[in-house]
Amino acid sequence: MENTIKDYKQIKGWGVDADPKNDPTYPMRNRMNVSQDPDSHSHPTPMQHDDTEVLKSNERPRVTAVYGTTVPPSGLSGMIRRFAFRYSENEYRHWLPLLVADRVNVVEGILEDFSKGTIPNIFAEKGYAVEWKHNRTAFVTKMAAIAAVTAGVVILLSSDSKKNKGSRKIKGYKKGYRGYADTHAL
Amino acid sequence: MLAMEYRGPKRVRAVQKPMPEIKHPQDAIVRVTRTCICGSDLHLYNGNVPDTRVGSTFGHEFVGVVEEVGPDVTKIKVGDQVLVPFNVACGECHFCKQNMFGNCHESNSMATAVGAIFGYSHTAGGFDGGQAEYARVPYANVGPTVIPAGMDPDDAVLLTDVVPTGYQAAEMAGIQQGDTVLVFGAGPVGIMAARCAWLFGAGRVIVLDNVDYRLEFVRDYAPCEVYNFDEIGDPVLFIKKITDWMGADCVIDAVGAEASGDPMQTITGRKLLLQAGSATALHWAINSAKKGGVVSVVGVYGPTDNLVPIGNMMNKGLTMRGNQTSVKRLLPRLIDHVMNGTLNPKAIITHRIPLEEVADGYRMFSAKLDNCIKTVMIPPSANK
Repeated sequence: MENTIKDYKQIKGWGVDADPKNDPTYPMRNRMNVSQDPDSHSHPTPMQHDDTEVLKSNERPRVTAVYGTTVPPSGLSGMIRRFAFRYSENEYRHWLPLLVADRVNVVEGILEDFSKGTIPNIFAEKGYAVEWKHNRTAFVTKMAAIAAVTAGVVILLSSDSKKNKGSRKIKGYKKGYRGYADTHAL
Repeated sequence: MLAMEYRGPKRVRAVQKPMPEIKHPQDAIVRVTRTCICGSDLHLYNGNVPDTRVGSTFGHEFVGVVEEVGPDVTKIKVGDQVLVPFNVACGECHFCKQNMFGNCHESNSMATAVGAIFGYSHTAGGFDGGQAEYARVPYANVGPTVIPAGMDPDDAVLLTDVVPTGYQAAEMAGIQQGDTVLVFGAGPVGIMAARCAWLFGAGRVIVLDNVDYRLEFVRDYAPCEVYNFDEIGDPVLFIKKITDWMGADCVIDAVGAEASGDPMQTITGRKLLLQAGSATALHWAINSAKKGGVVSVVGVYGPTDNLVPIGNMMNKGLTMRGNQTSVKRLLPRLIDHVMNGTLNPKAIITHRIPLEEVADGYRMFSAKLDNCIKTVMIPPSANK
């Protein structure tokens, strides 16, 4: 389909009801559309040059004149982030992988700590000392509830595990026999 | 240098990190002397903002001393005491030319839906923040503003975000003389929005929250009417009743994604992340507004979707306005208000802790412990 309108000001009635006061952004914005801007693509110069990998939104033609260089993408989370940036900000395929990458990154962070010989002090990082000081009853209740739920899940899972082992025996599982149960998770 | 470091949801710590460097001729390096934890930092802290990378340093409210400037920096010099607006803004792009410094198009490569913000995830530009001893400040000719002689640095640090955001919330609400203004949220921004509503001529200011000590504070500070929404039944019905069954002329959402009050929103928005945060406050704001009224949104939500009654917005003829605050645009006016005593920002500071205790500071603010409203952190080199 071809679009052929060349001079909108020739359209009958163009602008007869225009009202500059009908602008909800007044007075916060010096309103200007692209055609009123002498250079709508002006930007500071020079551009920042840096070897750091920067993931760019595909809704932009180029990187910005300056950009953050902190924590470039790396590891598995970095691969997921690179995948996410193939899609526009309009798509779940952009945002949901980024959230997944954030969670993967947390595990990577713990492994990084261990690789450096550091055991993360989760108690301190979560600021539990102030909870203990200012909110002790609720804090103890919350920790007890978490412990109870965790213990329940562990007991449930270990119970399932025992049942599964039992069912294998009933099927006549023999040592040295490589059947379905060895090659597929049950 | 010592800096706050994010390690995962609800896990932060103070660590030694490399010093920031000049990366662009318009960069400056600022030695931070005061830095705050903002309510919007909690969205990062809780792991709700996509592309929040482990190892990042948060912090978009800070003041300090200029330690180094790039060759093209002319507006500030080494030794100046500056307050740094939370937006990174170039001053030259199509949006900065229109005074929309919170929507700069030349500072955030990672997203077009939001301008760059110091220490606010890679979705907001990937810049390290000011919860550190030193920070890289790009476009130093535009954002950093010399703190006027005689201004208390505690006031100055609150001019980087809280005060302008509360003020712009009231400004966007289009308050006319005598209007009834309803503010959801009695956190620092809600408190400041309630205070600033009077500057625009409000006739009545009402604040809703469910934290009593904060309600008591804003009742005296703004001053205003306050109600605990846990004690009034349906908050929208309650507002209708106390506004002659009309609703409020202007409603401000100063809560954003961490809202409580509606289990469905809490579970889907905060626990399961099926929406971009809990939209309880925005939902209530739309339904509490008078027909033809204005809803002003400064509460922060994520970049995906939220469940709100958008049909009611159309049927009631509401105007909905929101934006990241254009701090630079508002600073001259707000500096005047602080210097002549109209506004007293530092009164909201309740806690002052060393940067080394950043994990405790986040927990205290997040869990609203010890009557915490606003926490200021002092880096070890602040008094160098």
